[in-house]
Amino acid sequence: MSAQFLQFLLAGLTIGAIYALVALGFSIIYNASHVINFAQGEFVMIGGMATVSFVGLGWPLPLAIGAAVAGAALVGLALEKFAVEPARGASVVSLIIITIGASILLRGLASILWGKNIHAVPAFSGDVPISLGSATLVPQSLWVMGVTLVIVLLLSWFFGRTLLGKALLATSHNRLAAQLAGINVRQVLLVSFGLSAALGAVAGILVAPITFTSWDVGVMLGLKGFAAAILGGLGSGPGAVLGGLLLGVIEAMGAGYLSSAYKDVIAFVVILAVLFFLPSGLSGRRSTERV
Amino acid sequence: MSGTNVASRMRGLAVLAGVAALLPLVLVNNYYYEVAILVGLNAIVCVGLNLLIGYAGQISLGHAGFFGLGAYGSAVLTARYGWPPLAAMAAATFAVAALAFVIGRPILRLRGHYLAMATLGLGIIISIVVATEDRITGGPDGMAVPPLSAFGLTLAGERSWYWVIAAVLVLSVWLALNLIESPRGRALRALHGSEIAAEVAGIDSAREKLRVFVVSAIYAAIAGSLMAHYAGFITPAKVTFFHSIELVTMVVFGGMASTFGAVVGAAVLTTLPQALTVLKEYEMAVFGAVMMLTMVFMPRGLVPTLSSALNGRRR
Amino acid sequence: MSLLEVEGLAREFGGVNAISDLYFSVPAGTVFSIIGPNGAGKTTLLNLLSGVYAPSAGQIVFDGRPLSGRAPHEHAAAGIARTFQNLQVFFNMSALENVLVGRTLHDPCGLLAAMVRPPRLTRDERKAREEAATLMRFVGLTDWIDADADAMPYGALKRLEIARALAAQPRLLLLDEPAAGLNPVETQGIDTLISRLAKSGITVVLVEHNMRLVMGISDHILVLDYGKCLAEGTVEQVRNDPRVIEAYLGAAASA
Repeated sequence: MSAQFLQFLLAGLTIGAIYALVALGFSIIYNASHVINFAQGEFVMIGGMATVSFVGLGWPLPLAIGAAVAGAALVGLALEKFAVEPARGASVVSLIIITIGASILLRGLASILWGKNIHAVPAFSGDVPISLGSATLVPQSLWVMGVTLVIVLLLSWFFGRTLLGKALLATSHNRLAAQLAGINVRQVLLVSFGLSAALGAVAGILVAPITFTSWDVGVMLGLKGFAAAILGGLGSGPGAVLGGLLLGVIEAMGAGYLSSAYKDVIAFVVILAVLFFLPSGLSGRRSTERV
Repeated sequence: MSGTNVASRMRGLAVLAGVAALLPLVLVNNYYYEVAILVGLNAIVCVGLNLLIGYAGQISLGHAGFFGLGAYGSAVLTARYGWPPLAAMAAATFAVAALAFVIGRPILRLRGHYLAMATLGLGIIISIVVATEDRITGGPDGMAVPPLSAFGLTLAGERSWYWVIAAVLVLSVWLALNLIESPRGRALRALHGSEIAAEVAGIDSAREKLRVFVVSAIYAAIAGSLMAHYAGFITPAKVTFFHSIELVTMVVFGGMASTFGAVVGAAVLTTLPQALTVLKEYEMAVFGAVMMLTMVFMPRGLVPTLSSALNGRRR
Repeated sequence: MSLLEVEGLAREFGGVNAISDLYFSVPAGTVFSIIGPNGAGKTTLLNLLSGVYAPSAGQIVFDGRPLSGRAPHEHAAAGIARTFQNLQVFFNMSALENVLVGRTLHDPCGLLAAMVRPPRLTRDERKAREEAATLMRFVGLTDWIDADADAMPYGALKRLEIARALAAQPRLLLLDEPAAGLNPVETQGIDTLISRLAKSGITVVLVEHNMRLVMGISDHILVLDYGKCLAEGTVEQVRNDPRVIEAYLGAAASA
């Protein structure tokens, strides 16, 4: 394996893990509410920026991270409570505009609160590159991939073994039946938003030491996370992870071998290609619209 | 929304023309004219976009892409290749219409969120291409655009441009109103009312959606070309996702399925940020809040909600 | 000489056979009724005939030409119109406009003409509106000619759908439970309307639960059960068929 190829692969898997986390957030919310949360990317931004603020206050990094994730989760809950819930039963266009409005509001508030500068976040365990065969890796990449793996395992335990997780799954399959079985669907919705926000925030914190963070990182990361989610099949957990990693690698390879200027286009071409040719994504998970 | 009273629509058109004619009385300096022109340009795009969103019930989060292609098409053809501006505008508009036609068919097979994301993706691809191909487009710094000249006359100065844009706006509204009243327009509204019943009545929904998509793209492209010549300069900032969102917000805020609503929405949401220039940093947050509050409290938009309230319980 | 022929028609949804193995023909100018318990596949059959669903197997032949697997608007162009069991009225338009939409196939109008509105178009519009109003009077909606669709009561909306379907000047009219949810007086009105339609020469395929209506007006009846043909024939034949009595009519057979 050539050094270059390995380098691109590792870079792709790193950013792919981030996309996977964001994609999981999209899927969880979509499953619970059939809403596509355009504000998902802003949780990523909040994670990174809040961490920067807390670290700036002198807090130790782990505490800052915990607080940032909790803060993002709170924003997620607020979003559900004040924007999504009042619009229950609104048309698809309305819901889209509400979540877009929320994302713009959050971004606007972020620019007021944190200014428009780019901020650095200290890497978790230093910057000394590690050699892996003929390629090099920054330690942060290992954190990204490792934490993502842990999270994915935790989530599958959560959805497979815990009552709350199963309640979320049940609601995604059949909302009415879940209600009739005694599941508090409102609570499920809140939990989904909070959980997705936390996932987004974690992604933002993990990647910040590598790519820096600022008030508007959320837009692109959110959109690419969405591309990953539909690539893997919207609503499918394993699909989100697969889609994320695949998108990351495709992007890295495309940027490396074809054109780095058009790196960002790749994700959107993927969106169009998937929507046109394979609307249920790789996992084949179809969201049925009953006529 | 019905009360399709042809007379009342034409009255509205007369009011619009009247306002456009009398507005210069309150436009005290060039800056005000500039804002009015911007309102006009946005309104032209919104009238077209409203046909797609409000009447046909579709959505596009990428219309800034069509606007930008119209603008850059005119810019490149006139600045780099020396084409006469009107010919360049025609060519750019035609190219945008062709693009909309080709990409419209597969895109409009999608619904709801998927349609939104696909149009979003399209818009962003266009904006990235425009920003990256800097040898043609001048890249992120943009490029200069020669003034609009035709038949030996050059259009220059805020006042002249105002009259041209106002005329184009009134014309655009007139064309849109005619379309809505026609059997074509009814077919469109029927699609929005019940796609299945429309199909069964003989309406080819795919074709109708495609037509209105292309028409709305043409409106955007023409507005783009005009803007490029007016500003004398074009940058990728006008082609961004945020601009697409602004346009959709104007349509939604002003009133879906209301041509005059689209104009009002454009007027309010173009002047608002200008008024907030002192609070420039709050612009984005305010925009987001407006979007959310409108959809939650006034989902039909300003003009239909007001007209319902004024007409009492008619529905 | 049959206007409509159905041969071996079948439609399945993920393993469930909504319709299987259906053969029947509808002669022109007759009233052909389809009855059966809920879930028997009656609406599915109408969806197949109007092109909303494509068949999984079999053929639909209309006026000698095969029509299977085509889009709904192509079925409409061939001369088939329908109403819906669950109202599919255009509530965002006026009553008259609903009927006008029914005429779409007869009001060709190019995009450019629509936007520029030449005098010819204005004239044609006026004529179309007059004809639509006449149609509304024909179905008994004289009081609602100037109304908005969302201001009309349920019974009037059922008639509006019929007016809309008639506006297409169809050869075959599919009526999906036109009397559903109507009180006895309104049902009588629909009964009279369908009789008038039948007498005017339109071929009608009627799906209904109201046995009095069906028995009084039909030339042929098809009884569906679990998507299959249980019995078929004239009113007398079906009424006295022991399988039908057992499966569906029960005590009402003597009504």
